[in-house]
Amino acid sequence: MRSVASIAFALLALPALLGGCASVQPWEKGKLAKPEMGFGDARLETRFADHIYSSREAASGGASVGGGGCGCN
Amino acid sequence: MSARTAGVLRVAAGLALALGAASASALDKGVPAPQFELVGKDGVVQLAKYQGKLVYVDFWASWCGPCRQSFPWMNEMQARYGAQGLQVIGVNLDAKSEDARKFLAEIPARFPIAFDPAGATPRAYGIKGMPSSVVVGPDGKVLYLHAGFRHADRAELESVIKNALGVMK
Repeated sequence: MRSVASIAFALLALPALLGGCASVQPWEKGKLAKPEMGFGDARLETRFADHIYSSREAASGGASVGGGGCGCN
Repeated sequence: MSARTAGVLRVAAGLALALGAASASALDKGVPAPQFELVGKDGVVQLAKYQGKLVYVDFWASWCGPCRQSFPWMNEMQARYGAQGLQVIGVNLDAKSEDARKFLAEIPARFPIAFDPAGATPRAYGIKGMPSSVVVGPDGKVLYLHAGFRHADRAELESVIKNALGVMK
């Protein structure tokens, strides 16, 4: 049990310690905004779903609604 | 403390360490706005040149849907408040500036546009979302930062501009 926890700690700490984990900046998400990168057909249903998720769960973004992919608003 | 509790604590510490490796935070209000000098659509755009004006720096990209809405609004703001000292500057963050030029051919901008494909300026400003706008006062200090552009944001941003211009008189 103790060794499992130690391994888990090491695995979680590894990205921070490696320092090579390049995070994607908000202005580098251009490719995500392409229509083919959305989940559905980028039609009206996506907009409905986005509205429902934001009003019910206060979840926002990611559905490529409004032409932004994961990048905008 | 049992071995299991110690294990849980170690996992939690590991998580905190991993999450703590965060990127640069956004600028605080009152901090001098980082200077930039970039190649623009019509010549070089230099922030220092606009000292004394209320500068509205907008970070945008051609692939950003909300930017299509923000441009007509920014044109309107520039037209309405330009005489009172407002200067809108658009900093484009497209990796390929050609995409930006196509965007501008469709949606014209009546304010200077600078190109920053390398992304040094948004990094300096700690930009967290697209599009982002930074209002810089006449003294060069950051007055207001805003991420995103939704319909409801227009009124808020306009009131920020109006108040800042009021203080400037």
